[in-house]
Amino acid sequence: MKADPRGVLTGAHFLDGDQAACEGALAAGCRFVAGYPITPSTEIIERYARRCPRVGGVFIQMEDELASSMAIIGAAWAGCKAMTVTSGPGLSLMMEHVGFAAMTETPCVFVDVQRGGPSTGLPTLPAQGDMMQVKWGSHGDYEPIALSPNSPQECFDLIIKAFNLAEVYRVPVFFMMDEVVGHITERLVIPEADAIEVTERSWSRKLPGEYKPYETNGELVPAMVKAGDGYRVHITGLTHNEHGYPAMQAGAQKQLVERLVGKIRQRREQLVDVKGDRLEDAQVVVVSYGITSRVAMPAITQARRQGVRVGHLRLVITWPFPTALVRQLAERAKAFVVPELNMGQMVLEVERAADGRALVLPVPHPGGTVHDPGAILQAILYAAGNSQSYN
Amino acid sequence: MKSVFQSQVVAGPGPAHSLAPCLRQERLPHLWCPGCGIGTTLNCFVRALMDSGLDLNQVAVVSGIGCAGRVAGYLRLDSFHTTHGRAIPFATGLKLANPRLNVVVYSGDGDLFAIGGNHFMHAARRNMDLLVICVNNHTYGMTGGQVAPTTPLAAIASTAPFGNFETPFNLPFLADACGAVYVARWTVYHVRQLTQAMKEGLAGKGFRFLEVLSPCPTLYSRWNRLGQGVDQLEYYRARSVVRHGADTKTAGLSFQGEIIVGKFVQRERPTWLESMERDYRSAPSERNSPFGGSHGAT
Repeated sequence: MKADPRGVLTGAHFLDGDQAACEGALAAGCRFVAGYPITPSTEIIERYARRCPRVGGVFIQMEDELASSMAIIGAAWAGCKAMTVTSGPGLSLMMEHVGFAAMTETPCVFVDVQRGGPSTGLPTLPAQGDMMQVKWGSHGDYEPIALSPNSPQECFDLIIKAFNLAEVYRVPVFFMMDEVVGHITERLVIPEADAIEVTERSWSRKLPGEYKPYETNGELVPAMVKAGDGYRVHITGLTHNEHGYPAMQAGAQKQLVERLVGKIRQRREQLVDVKGDRLEDAQVVVVSYGITSRVAMPAITQARRQGVRVGHLRLVITWPFPTALVRQLAERAKAFVVPELNMGQMVLEVERAADGRALVLPVPHPGGTVHDPGAILQAILYAAGNSQSYN
Repeated sequence: MKSVFQSQVVAGPGPAHSLAPCLRQERLPHLWCPGCGIGTTLNCFVRALMDSGLDLNQVAVVSGIGCAGRVAGYLRLDSFHTTHGRAIPFATGLKLANPRLNVVVYSGDGDLFAIGGNHFMHAARRNMDLLVICVNNHTYGMTGGQVAPTTPLAAIASTAPFGNFETPFNLPFLADACGAVYVARWTVYHVRQLTQAMKEGLAGKGFRFLEVLSPCPTLYSRWNRLGQGVDQLEYYRARSVVRHGADTKTAGLSFQGEIIVGKFVQRERPTWLESMERDYRSAPSERNSPFGGSHGAT
């Protein structure tokens, strides 16, 4: 279905990533935002608060992130597309509701504009330190989806994809920005509303009385209903059966959790979204995401000038991780270089996928600024055997 | 739509109970202990619902975690069993995303006032359009009788083995101070008054708060040698004093002391949604203009 034109500011703009993400959410049909102010994400809710009266949306500034993350789940069960917006410390508080959204299969979007951590860390400076937290942060087994934009244009384009994926898979989707992507101001082109594809919720066509909230008939994702439509559903964070009723048995746990995990794992290949550059002949592959993918580009260009056959694999969807693709590359490349604004998170996934077939070189950085491209270049040269040391 | 539910109900053995249309019969028997008062509150609530004249397809119940948190699971309504302490934020999202819904939060004292206390305060301050029913049994029942923010001074609990030395909340006073538009307290002895209060609550708007004292014979009564559930009912009968309009400051509870019950507060204040809509309508047009871009003001 096409975007509602009321939410689409068609035209050329000069906006930062935060504002672009807000416009993308509006275009995607997000009509409920609950948030709590936190640097460097606040511009998103500020803009939404100003914009939503025009598009028929609701914004509420909640008392904390626990409340924000639960209010969006409530709004989703009333039929809205909903998101909350935060940064590291707030994300830590939201973790219980990430699990609740996963368990109740509630489509919703969590925007995380990452900053330096741990704890209060560096509120106004960038990092990519939350990558593993969104994968593993809530207790129990679940599979989230995460996207990593690297520009205001992508903040707009990809957050629409984030909302669409939330509907297709009925999972919490993380939009992993960082302080630089959030505050960098660039040209942004917003297309006409009919050029924007948005995914409608998959509503059940069954009648009340016939409908069971978690009946899938062999599919992986059940059809949804909303409160107020006469279905009188029961939804719980307890392990539940297809009626949605608590079921405190190992068998019910197995059936439910295997499906919750399986609905992403079994469709992992459809969820690969990467941008490859000069991978065809690459002996060294730089794997990056978010702002670091832009910082890696001059290093790659420089290394090519020096005769190194280096390519770039940029992860647009970071979770689920494209394990099979990286494994394929590991068959023919000599080494991977993985720069990230943390002390080594996604590099663990690269190592796991490469499984000893290729050298994996982390280029860690604790955040506060972006990498010096020279550090990435040095790692590329070392990986290619053109340098004796790196870092 | 209605006939589907009715056909499920009469499929069971014997004639259908008068409250059956509102209960998830297939989930009975419930998990509450003998002598527990939560079932009584549920009975009163269902009667209030059936007498309310409301379209029950438009009533949603949201619970947190704990014994009272299980109420949502037995009501044949759109019902949500959320996380510990967060029933009010969930209900807030549900209500704002579909203002036609009549949203009831039904939970316990630990859930609403310990882990969820902040949300209660802010929802009352905002005058969010919710009816909040708190079943107060002075303890954490589900986890084994630990001390709660509502445990009276000197009462024994599993984590206050020598007697509680923390001053408990006076819930009606707290709700009143935070801006609730309706505040009442009854006990499970007062089933008619409680049902009536629930009806008033369901018919009202804004942030409405109803505290219901309820025995926990398995834990609170046993730790404190207070006998069976019926002994607590006898205490409620003997020591309750009806005082409508009482100053909520005076409504604090002591261990087996006097219980002031009644409707303490009823006032009018615009709800959050009414205030928001008024604010949006009165906003200067500039404020509502989209900015930037070819369709924008700049």
